[in-house]
Amino acid sequence: MEKLCYMSALELGQKIQVGELQVREAVDSCLRQIAAVESSLHAFLARNEEGLEERICEVETGIREGRYSGPLAGVPAAVKDNICTRGLPTTCASKMLEHFVPTFDAEAVRRMEAEGMILLGKTNMDEFAMGSTTETSYFQITVNPWNREHVPGGSSGGSCAAVAAGEVPVALGSDTGGSIRQPASYCGVCGLKPTYGRVSRYGLIAYASSLDQIGPIGRTVADCAALFAVISGRDEKDSTSSGRPLETLKELISGGLKGMRIGVPKELFGEGTDEEVRKAILDAARSMKEQGAQMEEFSLGLTDYLIPAYYIIACAEASSNLERFDGVKYGYRSPEATELHEMYRKSRQEGFGAEVKRRILLGSFVLSSGYYDAYYLKALKAKALIKEEFDRAFEKYDCILAPAAPSTAPKLGTSLTSPLKMYLSDIDTVAVNLCGLPAVSVPCGLDSKGLPIGMQVIGNRFQEKKILQAAAAYEALRGGFTRAGLEWR
Amino acid sequence: MAKQYETVIGLEVHVELATATKIFCGCSTKFGGRPNTHTCPVCTGMPGSLPVLNQKVVEYALKLGLALNCEINRYCQFDRKNYFYPDNPQNYQISQLYLPICHDGYLEIDVSGEKKKIRIHEMHMEEDAGKLIHDEWEDCSLVDYNRSGVPLLEIVSEPDMRTAEEVIAYLEKLRMLCRYLGVSDCKLQEGSMRADVNLSVREAGSRGLGTRTEMKNLNSFKAITHAIEGERERQIELLADHRQVVQETRRWDDNKEASYGMRSKEDAKDYRYFPDPDLQPVVISDEWLKKLRGEQPEFQEERRERFQKAYGLSEYDAGILTQSRHLADLFETVADLSGFPKKTANWLMVEGLRILKEKGQEPEELSFTPKHLAELIQAVERGEINHANARLVFEQILDADVEPLHFMEEQGMRMVSDDGALAAAVEETLCENPKVVEEYRSGKEKVFGFLVGQVMKKMMGKADPGRVNELLKKRL
Repeated sequence: MEKLCYMSALELGQKIQVGELQVREAVDSCLRQIAAVESSLHAFLARNEEGLEERICEVETGIREGRYSGPLAGVPAAVKDNICTRGLPTTCASKMLEHFVPTFDAEAVRRMEAEGMILLGKTNMDEFAMGSTTETSYFQITVNPWNREHVPGGSSGGSCAAVAAGEVPVALGSDTGGSIRQPASYCGVCGLKPTYGRVSRYGLIAYASSLDQIGPIGRTVADCAALFAVISGRDEKDSTSSGRPLETLKELISGGLKGMRIGVPKELFGEGTDEEVRKAILDAARSMKEQGAQMEEFSLGLTDYLIPAYYIIACAEASSNLERFDGVKYGYRSPEATELHEMYRKSRQEGFGAEVKRRILLGSFVLSSGYYDAYYLKALKAKALIKEEFDRAFEKYDCILAPAAPSTAPKLGTSLTSPLKMYLSDIDTVAVNLCGLPAVSVPCGLDSKGLPIGMQVIGNRFQEKKILQAAAAYEALRGGFTRAGLEWR
Repeated sequence: MAKQYETVIGLEVHVELATATKIFCGCSTKFGGRPNTHTCPVCTGMPGSLPVLNQKVVEYALKLGLALNCEINRYCQFDRKNYFYPDNPQNYQISQLYLPICHDGYLEIDVSGEKKKIRIHEMHMEEDAGKLIHDEWEDCSLVDYNRSGVPLLEIVSEPDMRTAEEVIAYLEKLRMLCRYLGVSDCKLQEGSMRADVNLSVREAGSRGLGTRTEMKNLNSFKAITHAIEGERERQIELLADHRQVVQETRRWDDNKEASYGMRSKEDAKDYRYFPDPDLQPVVISDEWLKKLRGEQPEFQEERRERFQKAYGLSEYDAGILTQSRHLADLFETVADLSGFPKKTANWLMVEGLRILKEKGQEPEELSFTPKHLAELIQAVERGEINHANARLVFEQILDADVEPLHFMEEQGMRMVSDDGALAAAVEETLCENPKVVEEYRSGKEKVFGFLVGQVMKKMMGKADPGRVNELLKKRL
């Protein structure tokens, strides 16, 4: 039998539900794996230890009494550290929030608790979700489970590494410009960025409010779909959350590829895309075509404007969202300051890292008077036009296929030296956020260095079913995926 | 000859809305709670919290917008105004800049019989900030977020006013509209109505606008009047002296009766306004607007005319009674219940307003049961209580909402109309004062008053003097 800690979340949940497996056993298998790998992986920032024993008992009783009857009841999970958990530190991997403990649970976490899932801890990330490698974390560097000299990707690097290394079967991430899909592809796991408005943002510490979305990460498409079903749906506490009806888990992943119309935008396979990545995805496309999908190459316009539009809008919103971290109410306050403005200045200077400050400055600039029209408004117009491009594409296609990143995981310490180059590597993922679309990243092989390659399936708004259906069918076709190769000592 | 100057004034008025809960969360808007007891993650700016718009705020804004003859932006949005200050927990205020809910309206004022339209530039919704408390003893500052997130409407006029009287007339009219609509209690002292005065002067006859200053911290009509007069003088002096007026924000000091420059245009902040991505645009439907139009109350002018016609009141009386919707409602109910509209008007205006003035209260604070006043008025008209006592009962109704008939009984104020007891008292008096009776009968009519007094004394004052006269005359 497969090692328990590598079992899929749905299989664990099923065995727990029929009494074949105790919740405690499932949790213990994860804790043993964490004990074995965490000292070199560094995926977790905080562990849920204090209330764990009590929670296990409560969930076991709840399952016996039928209170927890969902497919993920009793399944352990981890949560990215920018998602509020009552009583557990939520730091955004920033010195600014080093000792911050929220007084409430994020809505997504509340729904996981209500499902009977067991929260094991909070995972590392780029500071305030700003970064593509998890290296901007104030606390620690998470490594790639496939090769510890490489980054796990980011910003949800901790969640993706934890899932890939068998520390937890599923985890929550957040995705503002690719922060679930890119690290999922680097770590060889599945990650879903839902349609904007599908999952409540209540309790997600905002980076860019109009782009942020919480999503699931798992080792299989079905696990992602199952966690998505748990956390999605209208929440009155988030004005931007949608009341659109939701499919059941079974509906989300069934249907296969036959007759599905899939578009392949050539602009996302061109210059700058690693040849091995390109080939792996086109091979995957070919095998999907053999299963009855209609594949067609097409031209997606305005791709030159994706990165500028994204960084202007994201940084503008971030500059405002991060104003609340001022040393007044919570978080870091500089001990040096003697008056109000000095307190603001020093607390923010010392509390934020370089990448966060860079984005706050950029965002403040594009919103300032005289530049608002030239940058921010123009970016909004570009966004509207890009949306139209996708609307046109979705008149013809059910899904769009693209790489999740132009290359596989870079080496540690090589990305932050050139921020602009790092920003440009977001080319494959940011359009999805600008247009509020759903997209799933699914592993489709390894490159010659043995690092995972991820394929992205993008759908129209609220069409999670179509992309999950396609991804699940591809996954079945691909066959079992090799596990992260490192032996952890 | 000295030049003649004209004053040009525009107002920015903040009105705190009388909703039960805050604009973006469910916390209470009650004034005066213990610090930080009406707060939650949203109105204290906790990370991860999100605003959810209170629809009542939009409704109130639309009601006032309609009353101010405004155009309604059927698609409006909220913007963030970014600035750092500790009373502002997110360090941005959610307000409206690009698409405010209402614009281009007017308010008609009446200054000594002259009617004038003051144009409204725009009106928008926004959230209030918390309150900073500086603790001198501990040498620190504390923040109370109870007021953070209380809904405000900001009403911006065009520079159409020329005198302090016009400004006060505008504010009074605006306050009356708000109260008629029930959207705000508009108390300047408690800060639920705040006015910033933009003022400039120019040579009489000139059409351009002079450099203006903005005056803040004006907490009463008196302060506003004095501030306008002072600022007008100050600017004229500068100009007469060939010096420049600096565009700046000035703070009024009520104790010193003077204003001081706070910040000039050079250090004006860049608020980096942009649409708040946490909130959906507000779309106002035809049905909603139609419904609100239908619900608009009868405003003062209409009501005053109706009171004159239906109750036979003078224009002056009807005007006073309709100053406040609450007072007008009370009048109407009591008048209908008692059947004596003119008496009702007298009681409310003469006694009622006198008492309110003594207590420093507003007509809105009258909170007695209309039926009680109606019963008192009827008792007076039936001769069951004399006027002096009726005034005492009236005070008790205003103070403690007593039931007048019961109270009169209890206090022995009810006048005896039982002729038996009265006749007996008359007989007794006549027997006890044979000499006086003799004097009267011999033509000394002056002594009649004495006899009446004696009877009243026996009745402990609880007799109708008219009836006493009647009975005495009959017996003499």
